[in-house]
Amino acid sequence: MLSIKLYIAQRLTAMLMAPLVLLHLGVMIYAIQGGLTAGEILGRTQGSFFWGLIYGLFVVALSIHAAIGLRVVIYEWLGVTGARLNWITTAIVILLLGLGSKAVYAVVLS
Amino acid sequence: MIKPHRNQPLWYAYILHRISGVALALFLPAHFYILSLALNEPESLDSMLHWAEQPIVKFAEFGLVFLLAVHLFGGLRLLALEFLPWKPGQKTFAAVAVAFAFFVALVFLLRAI
Amino acid sequence: MANEGKTIKVLLSRGDNSNSALKEYEVPAKESQTVLDVVTWIQRNLEPDLSYRFACRVGMCGSCAMTVNGKPRWTCRTHVSKVMDGDKTITIEPLRNMPVIKDLACDLNEFFEKWTKAKGHFIPTKTRDDQVQLISPNEKARREANAGIECINCGVCYASCDVVENDSSYLGPAALNRAWTLVNDVRDGGKIERLKAVTSEGGCQSCHSQQGCTTYCPNTLNPTRSIAGLKKVAAIATLKGEM
Repeated sequence: MLSIKLYIAQRLTAMLMAPLVLLHLGVMIYAIQGGLTAGEILGRTQGSFFWGLIYGLFVVALSIHAAIGLRVVIYEWLGVTGARLNWITTAIVILLLGLGSKAVYAVVLS
Repeated sequence: MIKPHRNQPLWYAYILHRISGVALALFLPAHFYILSLALNEPESLDSMLHWAEQPIVKFAEFGLVFLLAVHLFGGLRLLALEFLPWKPGQKTFAAVAVAFAFFVALVFLLRAI
Repeated sequence: MANEGKTIKVLLSRGDNSNSALKEYEVPAKESQTVLDVVTWIQRNLEPDLSYRFACRVGMCGSCAMTVNGKPRWTCRTHVSKVMDGDKTITIEPLRNMPVIKDLACDLNEFFEKWTKAKGHFIPTKTRDDQVQLISPNEKARREANAGIECINCGVCYASCDVVENDSSYLGPAALNRAWTLVNDVRDGGKIERLKAVTSEGGCQSCHSQQGCTTYCPNTLNPTRSIAGLKKVAAIATLKGEM
C-alpha cells in the first residue's frame, strides 16, 4: 500500500514544504491585519517570479504529499485496496495539481 | 470512545496530525478555487474576502491556521524522530509542537481582529 | 493480614473469536497478588477448563501477555494493585490483534510468521573455523543492537499497535525491532536482503510513530526508535540505488 518510494516522496515533499509553510504562515500573519483585498494580494504576487516559483513548488509538493497521506488514510480507515486505491491516489494528485496551478496562474500571471 | 490502550500522549499527537492533514487536504480545493477567481472575476474574490471579515469566519481561519501550524510542527517532530539521532522526551516534543501551533494561530487571530 | 476476607471482582473473557463474553468471578484478594495469580486461582478453583498460557512466572518467557483493563500487559509481573480502577473491577481479555483460540489463549502464528518475513534470523558470514570476531560493546552499531535485543516475544507491542490493527500485512513492532538489531550486527551478512524484506508490503514505512509499542513494552524497549532507524537506513539505501 505504502511502498518505500511513496514513503520517500512523502518525506521529501515534507522537507521541501517545511520552510514554505513557515513562510506562508508568516505572510498570512503579516497580510491579515486590516483585512485582505484582491488588489493587495495581486499587488504582491502579480508578475513576481519569486512568488510564482514559491507557490508553484508549493502546489507540486503539497499535491504529492496530500495524495500519499490521503491514500494511507483511505486504505487504513476505509479499506480501499489495489487498483482502486491507485486510481484514487492519482485522481487526488491530478485534482490538486490542476486546481493549484490554476490558482497560482491566477494570482501570478493574470 | 477512545480505547484505553490509545490513551497516551503520542497517540493523541498521531490523531491530531492525521485529522489536521485530512482537514487541510479537504480545504485546499476551496482555497485554490477562491484564488482562481482573481483570473476572471476579481470582484467575486473581493466579495469573498469581504465575507471573510465576519468574526465567525475569522475564528474559522484561526482554526485553519492552527491546523496548518500543528501539521507543520508535528511533521517536523516526525521528521526529526525518523531522520535525526533519537532523543528521549518524545511526549515533550509533541506538547511543544502543539504549543507552538497554538501560539502561531493566536498571533494570527490577534492580528486579524 | 490486611486483605483477610476481601475479594476482587474479576471479569474474564471466555470463548473464542466467533463467540466470546465476559464472565464475572470473585477472587480472594492477597498481598502482592499478580494478574496471573488471579487467572490461575480461577482456573484451579472455579473453571478447570479455562485456557491461558504461562510458563516462567518471572518475566522471562513472554507467554502470559493479556489485555488487562484494556491495556496489553505481561500478567506475571503486573500487580493487581497497579491496574485496579476505581470500581475495584479487573477485566482480563486476550491480546488484541490476534485470533483467539480459546479464552485467554491467542494464536501467535501470524505474529511469528512476520518475524520470519522480516528476516529476523542471523545470516552468518563466518564459519566455525574462523576466529571469533571481536566487537567492542561501545561501537555505535553494537549499542543500537543491544538496545533492542532483550525482546521476549510477548506480543504486547503487536497488540498495542493501531497499524497492525488497520493493516494485516504490517510486520509489527517486534519483528521490525528484531530486524533492526540484525541490521546493526556487523557479523551479519544479510543487510540488503533484510532491508528489502522490511520495506516490502507492510514494512517499516507503514509505522505512524504512535509509540504504543514503546509505551507498553514490559522490557522497556523502544521499537519506535528501531523502526525509525530502519526507515532512515532503508530510505538512504533506496535513494543510493542499493536495493
